Amino acid sequence: MKLLEAGTGIDGFIVGQCLHAGGMAHIYEVTYADSGRNTGFPMAMKVPRMTGGDGAETIVGFEVEHQMLQVLSGPHVPRFVAAGDLTRVPYLVMEYIEGRPLQDRLDQAARERVRPTPEEIARVGAAMAAAAHSLHQQDAVHLDLKPGNVMIRPDGRAVLLDFGLSWHAHYPDLMAEEMRVAVGSPPWMAPEQVVGVRGDPRSDVFAIGVMLYEMATGELPFGDPQTRGGLRQRLWMEPPPPRVLAPQTPDWLQDVILRCLEPEAQQRYGSAAQLAFDLSNPDQVHVGERGLRTRRTSWTVHLKRWLKAAGQHYKPSPLPSAQIDLAPIVMVAVPWKDASDATLFSLRRACARSLGVRAGARLACVTVVAPGDMDRADERMSEVQVHRWQLDRLRQWALGLDLETHSASFHVLESGDVPDALVRYARANGVSLMILGAATHGLKLQRLVATVPVRVAMEAPCSVMLVKQTLPFERLADAQAPPA
Amino acid sequence: MKLALLSDLHANRHALQACLAHARAHSASQYAFLGDLVGYGAEPGAVLDTVMEMAAEGAWVIRGNHDDAALAPVANSDRADHAGASWTAQRLTSPQREFLAGLPLKQTHDFMLLVHASANKPERWTYVEDAKRAADSLDFAGDATHVFGGHVHEQRLFFQGLVGKTMAFEPTPGVPVPVPRHRRWLATVGSVGQPRDGRSEAMYALFDTETLALTFMRVPYDHTAAARAIRAAGLPESNAARLTLGR
Repeated sequence: MKLLEAGTGIDGFIVGQCLHAGGMAHIYEVTYADSGRNTGFPMAMKVPRMTGGDGAETIVGFEVEHQMLQVLSGPHVPRFVAAGDLTRVPYLVMEYIEGRPLQDRLDQAARERVRPTPEEIARVGAAMAAAAHSLHQQDAVHLDLKPGNVMIRPDGRAVLLDFGLSWHAHYPDLMAEEMRVAVGSPPWMAPEQVVGVRGDPRSDVFAIGVMLYEMATGELPFGDPQTRGGLRQRLWMEPPPPRVLAPQTPDWLQDVILRCLEPEAQQRYGSAAQLAFDLSNPDQVHVGERGLRTRRTSWTVHLKRWLKAAGQHYKPSPLPSAQIDLAPIVMVAVPWKDASDATLFSLRRACARSLGVRAGARLACVTVVAPGDMDRADERMSEVQVHRWQLDRLRQWALGLDLETHSASFHVLESGDVPDALVRYARANGVSLMILGAATHGLKLQRLVATVPVRVAMEAPCSVMLVKQTLPFERLADAQAPPA
Repeated sequence: MKLALLSDLHANRHALQACLAHARAHSASQYAFLGDLVGYGAEPGAVLDTVMEMAAEGAWVIRGNHDDAALAPVANSDRADHAGASWTAQRLTSPQREFLAGLPLKQTHDFMLLVHASANKPERWTYVEDAKRAADSLDFAGDATHVFGGHVHEQRLFFQGLVGKTMAFEPTPGVPVPVPRHRRWLATVGSVGQPRDGRSEAMYALFDTETLALTFMRVPYDHTAAARAIRAAGLPESNAARLTLGR
C-alpha cells in the first residue's frame, strides 16, 4: 500500500502524519473523525505494506498481530483500539507509545562511541525482561524481540511492539505453515527458533541476551547471518565473551549475558523474571566461569559442541505459564526480632520443601530493619554495620538449604512498615511465592490490629505461605530441664 | 447471530439440558444439532422431543449414523451404532421416527456447512480426526468457509494456511478463537452426551457470526444421574460407566 496522505479518512479515523515507514508497514498518527470520541490516550495506525508481490508472511503477520493485541493486556503492550478488514483496508489502530526505541539509544552509542554504563544496561535489560515476563504470564511468547521492537517509556518501563511473529498457547499458530523457513529476525533469533520450535518463553530470554550483548559491546554476538547454515551456528557456537570486546564490562554482567545466550534453553534463565532479578541485583549475581571468561572459545571445544548440536533435539515447550512456574522466585521473609529458634527452623524447612519441588526455583532471603534499629552516633549500630550483620545472619540461616542447585540471594530492606516493605519487594521483583512465619502470637490480636502476615497476605501480588512452627521446641526444652 | 453447535447428544437428557442452559446464559440466538441425537443413552424420547420442539422454532438439525441406525437397526451387527439401535427403535414414537427420517445429511447456511462426519461422502461416516481428513472434508465443502461437525467426540479446530496446508489446533475451552472468513476452518465441536477425552464435562461450541469468534465449551452436568438412567433402563453397564470416565 502506498503512503496515505494526511487527512485521509478510514472507517471513522483521520490519518495524520506518517511516523515511521518500515519495510513491512507504515505507522501513522491517527485520531477519531468524530471529535466526541476519545480513548483517553494517543493512537497510532499501522498499515501493512501489502502489494501484489508480497509473500503470505506479511498477511499472516498482520493476522497474528491482530489476534495478539486483542487479548494481551498490561503496561508492556500497546492497547488495542480497532482493526480494518483484511480483505478491504487492512490496518491496526493501537495506543501510541511515548518513548524511545532501544534502537535509537544503540545508534546514539555507536555515533558517540560511548557504550552505555553497566547500570544503564542492567536497568534497560531488567525493564525488557519484566515486560517479556508479563507476556509469558499471559501464555504468549513474543519471538521477535529486537531493538526496533522495544520502546522505553519516559518512566523507564519497557513496551514491546510488533507481534507479527508471536505465539499464543490458546490460539492456532497461523505461522506454523511458514515454518519451512525459520521465522524471526536472524541476529536475535534463538537456536530453537532456527530449528522451528515456537512457543518457548526462553527464546525471548535469548533475544534479550543478544540486546544486552549489543548494548555492552556494540557488536552482534552471532552477526547477521543470511543463510540457514549461518543461522545454525548459534546451535553450537559461543560468541566472544563481551569482556574480550569491551573490557570495561563487569564480570556479573557478562555472566548474565552469556547465560541468556546458552544454546540449550534449559541452561538459560528459566524465566524472564529471574533474568530481571539478576539485573536488578548485580551484587547478588553468582559469577561463575561464564562471567570470568576473557578468551574466545577454542576451535576444539566448538568442534565438540558442533557434534553435540548435530544430534540435538529441541522439544516443544509446555505452556509458557507452566514453564515459568517451574522457575519461580521464592521469597522468604526472615524475622529477626521476637523470632524463636522453632520459627526459624520451621521457615527453613518450608523453604527446603518449596525449593525441592521446583527444580528451577531461586530463593530471595529478605529481612526488614527499621530506621530506629540503627544509630548514626553509635559505630556498632551504624547503617553499614547493621546491614552487614543482618546479611551474615541471613546467610547463616540459609545454611543447610540446597543452594548448590538453587541460586540464593540475601537482602536487607529498610522500612518502618514491615508488610509494606515485603509487598513492595515482591512486586518489584516478580516474586511468585512468599514464605513467612505465621507469628502465632500475633493471630490473637488479629481483630484489633492487622498483623504482618495478615496484611501481607491481603496485599501481596503472589501466593503467600504462612508457616507455623512445627516442632514443640518448648516441650523438648522442658523435658531436658531438671525436675523442680 | 450467536450459534450454539451441539453434536452427539446420544440420548443424554441431563447433558443436553445443561448445555442448552449454558448456551442460553451465553445469549445463544440460534441452535444447530449436528447429528447422533440418539444411541448409547437412556432417554432418546425426551431428547428427541426437546430437539423437535426447537426445530419447530427454527433450530437446524443434521442426521448422524446413530439416527440412521435407529430407523433401520441391523440385528447382530458388530457396529457400535447398530448394537443398541433396536432398543432405541422400539422406544420411538412415529412422529419421532418421521422426524429422524426427514433429517438431511448436510446443510449449508450462508458461509457455514453443517455435517455430522465428513463433507466428502457424508453417508460413509468418516471420522475427521486428523488434518488429512479435515482437508478432504474441506475439499467437498463448496463455497463454505466454515465447516462444523461432530462424530469424533473430541473438540478440535482445523485451519487452512494461505498456501493451502491444513493444520490442527487443540482449543482451550472458554477461549474465543478468531476464525476470519479469508481462511477456511473445520471444527469438530465434541459430544454433548458422551465425551471421550477423559473428562466427563459435556461439550459444545458457540459461534458468533458477527465477530467471527468460535468458543469451545465444557459444561459440567449430573453424569451420575445420566448413568443411573442407563442402568435403570437395563442398557449395557459400559454405556453408564464411560460417562463418568469420559471415554
